[in-house]
Amino acid sequence: MAGELGKYKLCVSARSTDKAILKRAQDGGIVTQLFKFALEEGIIDGAIVAGPGDEPWRPRPFIATTVEELMTSSGTKYNISPQVSWIKEATRSFGLDKIGIVGTPCQMQAVRKGQLYPVGLRDVDDKIKLAIGIFCMENFSYQSIKQLVEDHAAMKMEAVRKMEIGKGKFWVYGQRGQVVQLPLKVTHKYEQPGCHVCLDYVANLADVSTGSVGSPDGWSTVFVRTRNGDDIWSKAIAAGCFETKPIEQVKPGLELVTKLATEKITKNQKTVEERAKFGVNKALRNPYLGPK
Amino acid sequence: MADKITVGHVHMSGCTGCLVSLADNYGGLLTILDKYADLVYGLTLADVRHIPKMDVALVEGSVCIQDKLSVQEIKETREKAAVVVAVGGCACYGNITRFARGGQPNQPQHESYLPIGDLIKVDVYIPGCAPCPQLIRNVCVMAYLLLKGNKDQQELAKKYLAPLMQLAERGTEACGCDLMYDVVNQGLCMGCGSCAAACPVRAITHEYGKPNVNREMCIKCGACYAQCPRSFFNFDVVPEFEAIMDAIGAALK
Ligand SMILES: Cc1cc2nc3c(=O)[nH]c(=O)nc-3n(C[C@H](O)[C@H](O)[C@H](O)COP(=O)(O)OP(=O)(O)OC[C@H]3O[C@@H](n4cnc5c(N)ncnc54)[C@H](O)[C@@H]3O)c2cc1C
Ligand code: SF4
Ligand code: SF4
Ligand code: SF4
Repeated sequence: MAGELGKYKLCVSARSTDKAILKRAQDGGIVTQLFKFALEEGIIDGAIVAGPGDEPWRPRPFIATTVEELMTSSGTKYNISPQVSWIKEATRSFGLDKIGIVGTPCQMQAVRKGQLYPVGLRDVDDKIKLAIGIFCMENFSYQSIKQLVEDHAAMKMEAVRKMEIGKGKFWVYGQRGQVVQLPLKVTHKYEQPGCHVCLDYVANLADVSTGSVGSPDGWSTVFVRTRNGDDIWSKAIAAGCFETKPIEQVKPGLELVTKLATEKITKNQKTVEERAKFGVNKALRNPYLGPK
Repeated sequence: MADKITVGHVHMSGCTGCLVSLADNYGGLLTILDKYADLVYGLTLADVRHIPKMDVALVEGSVCIQDKLSVQEIKETREKAAVVVAVGGCACYGNITRFARGGQPNQPQHESYLPIGDLIKVDVYIPGCAPCPQLIRNVCVMAYLLLKGNKDQQELAKKYLAPLMQLAERGTEACGCDLMYDVVNQGLCMGCGSCAAACPVRAITHEYGKPNVNREMCIKCGACYAQCPRSFFNFDVVPEFEAIMDAIGAALK
């Protein structure tokens, strides 16, 4: 199967069976649970996650080599964490031979390009043992998200418990229980410009990719894509890590995922085309046509 | 195997790090030499004085234009080789030899070093300092498939090599600044971090998700821009990563 949802061997709705993981997770705790399993089984000896950074809700790539470290990274931070920047260092300063990495679809593209065209990634290609992709419609700079939370939602960054984009809105949940929702037409202008040429919604190049869309609250939609991903996922299922439901039996299901993926890709494809005639007989670069 | 390609390593002004990178494929290099390629020229590895005819020339180093022999040899390489591959930052972009200004002992008058593309047409670029052993390996396997493979393999090799050929057409100047000029300024950066990972001198950090290049540290190897998924990302190749990595792995068994 290919197209806007990419190739996959299996698609299910799932959630972790570990209460401690679910409590902190953004959705069904798929990412944290699968890394935890892989760490404990020795499938990976560390994972590049988006850990806490210097400011509230500002992530930084962080190499978790223990379950405790992994647990501090749960939850979505809606701003950029340059995950791939540590991929070579993970094999060097950290001495990892078997790396896990989580990232957005573009970061999964970076990982796979890095394996096929390892220009500056010596001895990395065969060390990537579990690449988990998260669905992504758009990302923001830290300053954008701060402006949204502080100026539009009138909340302090450090007082936020959770942020979420879903059901057509940007949700900010405060520690004291307050909830603010912003319509996405407010958030659009703050999006990272580079996202507007992005042609992947559901991390087509990951081993396993996951997101909230398609599944009920607290559950995640999971695509198992590669042979390697399939191998690890089946072992995790056999070990009782996840509860699953056939995707056909949950609402809103794959139909919504397909719809959003198609919308994103169509819109961004159009942007790519418009860039070709952006100036007066002058084009903006198109990375999909080559490096020139 | 009778149907091997012929390959030579041409050493211009480089530090031999590129050759060491090729050798760092260890068993893989032996398999390549055993099954796919005959090494017909190489200062340190093959006892041949003059540049012979060959299918693929792997050129390391930039050309000192005050050194007549080097200039003659790079031109001869172009005449004798069907495919010229610039291996490493110095051959592609000058790299650290860009900072040479002569005065070094033995040959103080040797002060001007040019990327080979300023003197001859180059077909394929493998940027980086040192270039990555696995990229050299992949290009060698693809060059073999291009010249000796079946129709499907030739198609794959063409598609795979295309962006590395376009890099060669793009020019002989590289710098961390390319990330600004051709990625960030063009509204294309999405903050993946690949550029920082690729930089051999750790000149790149990320400030709020965007690359920040310490320009004093940059040696102009070209790795960051070539590694960036927004310099090139070919949808006809990268999504097939599983099959291609399998095929390369099988070829080197
Ligand atoms: C910018 C962004 C946009 C998203 N857009 C969508 C969407 O449109 N539709 C959808 O269904 N899902 C989207 N998601 C994914 C969703 O929010 C959850 O991250 C995903 O479902 C995983 O939840 P979980 O409970 O399985 O993971 P958890 O167990 O909670 O773990 C989350 C993991 O994601 C990592 N992470 C958090 N923030 C980032 C980041 N900024 N960059 C890289 N990694 C990060 C953490 O390190 C952690 O390992 C988006 C995520 C991000 C970061
Ligand atoms: S929209 Fe695309 S480019 Fe932007 S962060 Fe998400 S995956 Fe990356
Ligand atoms: S910034 Fe680093 S990777 Fe980029 S050209 Fe300079 S030295 Fe090379
Ligand atoms: S590799 Fe390219 S897209 Fe990724 S952070 Fe660097 S400049 Fe941006």
